[in-house]
Amino acid sequence: MTSTKPAGQQASRQAAKAALPPRKHVLDLDDFSPEEISQILGTADVLSEVLSRPISKVPTLRGKTVLTFFLEPSTRTRASFERAAKALSADTINLSGTESSAKKGESLIDTARTMQAMGADIIIMRHSMSGAPYLLAQHTNLSVINAGDGWHAHPSQALLDLYTIREKFKKIAGLKVVIVGDVLHSRVARSNIWGLRKMGADVVLSSPPTLLPEEVLEAYAGELPGRLMTEPNLDAAVEGADVVMALRIQKERLAADGAMNLRDYILAYQVNEERMHRAKPTAMLMHPGPMNEGVEVSHVLAYSDRSLIETQVKNGVAVRMALLYRLVGASEVSA
Amino acid sequence: MKGSLLIRGGRVIDPASRLDAKADLYIKDGRIEAVQQGGGLAVPEGTASFDASGLVVSPGFVDLHAHLREPGQEHKETIATGTRAAAKGGFTTVCAMPNTVPAQDSRSTIEFVQSRAADTGAVRVLVVSAVSKGRAGKELVEMAELAKLGVVGYSDDGSPVGDAQMMRHALAFSRMLGLPIMDHCEDTALCHGGVMNEGRVATRLGLRGMPVAGEETMVARNLILSKLTGGHVHICHLSAAGSVEQVRRAKAQGIRVTAEATPHHLTLTDELVTAGAMYDTNTKVNPPLRTAADVEAVLQGLREGVIEAIATDHAPHAAEDKLCEYDQAAFGISGFETAMGSLLSLVHTGKLTFPVLIERLTLGPARIIAREKDGIGALRPGAPGDVAVTDPDLSWTVDAKAFLSKGKNSPLNGKTLKGKVVATVYGGALIYQEQRQATTRGR
Repeated sequence: MTSTKPAGQQASRQAAKAALPPRKHVLDLDDFSPEEISQILGTADVLSEVLSRPISKVPTLRGKTVLTFFLEPSTRTRASFERAAKALSADTINLSGTESSAKKGESLIDTARTMQAMGADIIIMRHSMSGAPYLLAQHTNLSVINAGDGWHAHPSQALLDLYTIREKFKKIAGLKVVIVGDVLHSRVARSNIWGLRKMGADVVLSSPPTLLPEEVLEAYAGELPGRLMTEPNLDAAVEGADVVMALRIQKERLAADGAMNLRDYILAYQVNEERMHRAKPTAMLMHPGPMNEGVEVSHVLAYSDRSLIETQVKNGVAVRMALLYRLVGASEVSA
Repeated sequence: MKGSLLIRGGRVIDPASRLDAKADLYIKDGRIEAVQQGGGLAVPEGTASFDASGLVVSPGFVDLHAHLREPGQEHKETIATGTRAAAKGGFTTVCAMPNTVPAQDSRSTIEFVQSRAADTGAVRVLVVSAVSKGRAGKELVEMAELAKLGVVGYSDDGSPVGDAQMMRHALAFSRMLGLPIMDHCEDTALCHGGVMNEGRVATRLGLRGMPVAGEETMVARNLILSKLTGGHVHICHLSAAGSVEQVRRAKAQGIRVTAEATPHHLTLTDELVTAGAMYDTNTKVNPPLRTAADVEAVLQGLREGVIEAIATDHAPHAAEDKLCEYDQAAFGISGFETAMGSLLSLVHTGKLTFPVLIERLTLGPARIIAREKDGIGALRPGAPGDVAVTDPDLSWTVDAKAFLSKGKNSPLNGKTLKGKVVATVYGGALIYQEQRQATTRGR
């Protein structure tokens, strides 16, 4: 195979080949070093080129079986991982909550062991309960990728967010990233707090007090290049921001928990054009999706040239290819 | 000689008689016959004897709060297995909480438990009745009728008495009967869906928290209702610093309140949920493991006597109840067999004296259920011949698989503890003795 590679990709290829200890699981970004994150982003740079080819496939995972095991509804994350696995020539099996034996009372561990016995190598798991991927990591020999667990972590989303930010701003360190919305219930926020700070960005959480855990600063205390702050007033938070990342709001949860009236939420926390004017002129909007248009983000802003939402989705495939590559530890990418 | 035993040369700690000295202890026909300081007690020829040199001899421990699971959940525990595990932990009197299936809320269920305990129990089982029928919080049990059967208190444990008016009535009746209402203090709306302590660790792990306010608000309500009725409220498994402070102030005002704390709330913090195996379901307990500041406050309350009793809240579960997602796992720790070993860490680190520890395991709980008059929790002549013998310096590694309890759910599995009950005597009979060759002694 031949291709013309820009200089940036040559550098990324070198980063991708830098030696790092082998990794069996991707459960959160808390145990990733900045070097490892850089390496994955560099690998994604290389692999993104594969996706632009007429035949967008390389044999890296040929002979490997990747199981997507989603016990909670998902469209984009699941499709993205499946596309990534297939682009690396893996065999894929998809199992969802409604199809699995969990409905018949079989335990999570039993189901995973069954998949292991059938020859699965990597399990990509989404679960509504925090910590579920750790259970499989502890009780099976499979490599586990956490594709979102409860309120806890969504590491591949955070990595694709980092990739998208780096692609747009050519750096991550020194940027001010505001994360807006339901931090309490957000696995995206939790993983991004780790990832962004490790890569040197300052993170500001802006959230209604009822949706911001009181101990959040204490929970993420520690010596990292980037800082973590809270600012409940969104207008103040976005002053001078480089990125404003809106979180999905579950409207029914707002009412059920009595956390906030929806109209109040929209007035105080919707990211719209007016608020984006307070950020830097170059500032960009991000959102992990699926988005409630007109709630957490205004429709006009979501589809404006200040939005990176579609880019995030596009970048997700290359980043997830890089994660799969990192786990299998193939000797080289046939690119 | 049946039910007779000489225990020689141990350090005898009996808070009821304010004794802490090297002494011989003689049990005759199942009851304490004599305690002689300095040793050299003469006993009839042929009396079995136990050499307690270097060991601590105390009354058998009294546990106010244990789940024996029978009837209804015999796959988790039975009265037979639970009481054998209790004996291994040095407990000779255990109070069986009523969240069985069906609940201990009627003459038939309570007599069933008493009958099974008489037939299969290794140690004394006292029964705690439910407060409400089916523990459903709708209708009071026949409190007076059940008192005649010998229940030692009332509790809807596993759940609080949620309805304040019902709690008021229960306390008023219990005052008349001279028995405590033992409440699991939890505001279920504040704690709804919570699986661990609300705080730094829960935030980090993305688990729904149970705030200390969930306990404190219910403690406050109960103290107000106790003051109103004059009824004896007993706060079960107290875990929060704010609760300790409330009980302290209430006692100063003369409110009739007592409290218990568990070994795990005295020694473990919520950090354990991330230590070792992440999301270890063996750390899931209700009330949850709290912060170091809460642990210190509970310990201070125990030292002062604000908390009069240590209770295990022994809550055995089957493997499948814990080998699952943290959210779905059952609450509870199998606690009988590690209680003394974990509590002795407080003595070894100078946070608690041995006599105070023994008092909170014996006389303190016996007083709460008004059984000290029967000699339970004491070594005075005429008292039941119930004794725990502890080796405070024995180092051992917890192996949950080796528990006599059916419940292997222990967050201490694999941990090394210093100190262990090595023999238990019930009614003068040696019902448990440590296999010494399997362990090592040393400071």
